[in-house]
Amino acid sequence: MMITSRNTAKAALFLILTFFSAASLWLLLEAEFLAITLILIYVGAVMVLFMFVIKMLDTDKSTLRAQFTRYLPLGIFVSIIVIAQMVLVLNAGQFDLAMTGVPEKHDASYSNITAIAEQLYTVYVYPFELAAILLLIAIIAAITLVHRNESRSKKQDISEQINVQAKDRMRMASIKPKSAKESK
Amino acid sequence: MWQSLVDSIHNLIPWFDGGLADVIIILIKGLALIFPLIIAMAYMTYAERKVIGFMQLRIGPNRVGPLGLLQPFADVFKMMFKEIIFPTKSNIYLFLLAPVLAFVPAVAVWAVVPFGEGFYIANLDVSLLYVMAIGSVGVYGIVLAGWASNSKYPLLGALRSTALLISYELVIGFVLVTVVMIASSVNLNTVVEKQAGGILNWYWIPLFPMMIVFWIGALVETNRAPFDVVEGESEIVGGTHVEYSGMPFALFFMAEYFNMIFMAMLAVLLFFGGWHSPFEGIPLLEGWFEFVPDLFWLLFKMSFFLFLYFWIRASFPRFRYDQIMRLCWKIFLPLTIVWIFVVALMTQLHIGPWF
Repeated sequence: MMITSRNTAKAALFLILTFFSAASLWLLLEAEFLAITLILIYVGAVMVLFMFVIKMLDTDKSTLRAQFTRYLPLGIFVSIIVIAQMVLVLNAGQFDLAMTGVPEKHDASYSNITAIAEQLYTVYVYPFELAAILLLIAIIAAITLVHRNESRSKKQDISEQINVQAKDRMRMASIKPKSAKESK
Repeated sequence: MWQSLVDSIHNLIPWFDGGLADVIIILIKGLALIFPLIIAMAYMTYAERKVIGFMQLRIGPNRVGPLGLLQPFADVFKMMFKEIIFPTKSNIYLFLLAPVLAFVPAVAVWAVVPFGEGFYIANLDVSLLYVMAIGSVGVYGIVLAGWASNSKYPLLGALRSTALLISYELVIGFVLVTVVMIASSVNLNTVVEKQAGGILNWYWIPLFPMMIVFWIGALVETNRAPFDVVEGESEIVGGTHVEYSGMPFALFFMAEYFNMIFMAMLAVLLFFGGWHSPFEGIPLLEGWFEFVPDLFWLLFKMSFFLFLYFWIRASFPRFRYDQIMRLCWKIFLPLTIVWIFVVALMTQLHIGPWF
């Protein structure tokens, strides 16, 4: 539905629906932390930005349709490769229950988030912190890229605005009033 | 109390097998939550008009029923019998989906609220994350309403308010992180239980700046004055609600008030000890106030925060959009990050009764 929908906003909404379905699948697999984070990050943040962009863009449908046939062979080629890969990997029997074993069931008091936290902050501390630093660098890089041209941005200095005095903005001019006789 | 109620329902319908009985119990729990919520929401509109009227030296509603007490019902019936108007060039499905998307998260988020000891609908282990996740879904109501109306003012209102909501969600997320650091749990029940033992054990003392940041964030998230840029009557008519009439508009309205009540509830749960009595641990007063039920304390504290909404609305002029953004990114965000380190330090040094 997401791919076939002509309306970009509707397509984005179907993508959100897909995320929700994926989250509910995770819930059924007893991974409630992952499910909630999926909704929080993808539905709550990423897709809102998507909707934002969609609203701002003026998508012209005729150009989209004109390019559809041009890119069709390439698209079919890529999708055949992807499908072939998936069939090869998933059919090979690597994900059978015989290979992975039956997943163990936990009782209601089992806390998913504690288990993840224990692994993340003990065994995998260094990879975790490396990833955090990597993300931080990415953020700083993005911000510096945006702020390269300092001249283009309009800044306002709030303290300067607040501290402005009447004499900075106004000039008192003493003009002699004309007498009543003169003005006539 | 809650458990005995559930058991009695189980006994009442023994001829159902377990699964169906559970479904019925969940439905009853949901209804038992939603009906008081709707009544609370209706009378909140009344209280708001009365309180602000009082602050502005007016009378407020006083025609329908004694003291105007039936005014909310008159409003409800008026809303229900109004014609629903669709703009001709709007996208009808999305136009109707938008109020639903605003309303459903506002109700769904109540599922994890603990009203007392063991008195809740669902005891999620990740309930704080659930609150954040479901709360962020509510943004789509505004986005879609602005987009589907195919009109200028709704689009403008939706654009600026979504940008605001995303930004302040970040701030509230950081505030929640500090709470989680102290309570060392993301379960709302545990957060409240850790605050047991009198007014000095609540988290508002170690997290005082965070509490203020949270409350301002809550005002923004619920689109309340002085941050109600989504509507901003003097600037963009009615914002996203311009094209809505009748029940679709009422859904938006109810979603806003549900969110308001929820944010007040969350403030109480996180910083003011939830259902715990403020007199716990004080020798004489504890005995005197023992007869007061948990629920009363929770609702009492919550009502104070609801009153705070009206108080702030009557007191402050509307902020300019870029000033709200500056407040978020340049003041609150650094402040919350600094406070995370402060809380980490306090946790290491075991200061006070909180850690």
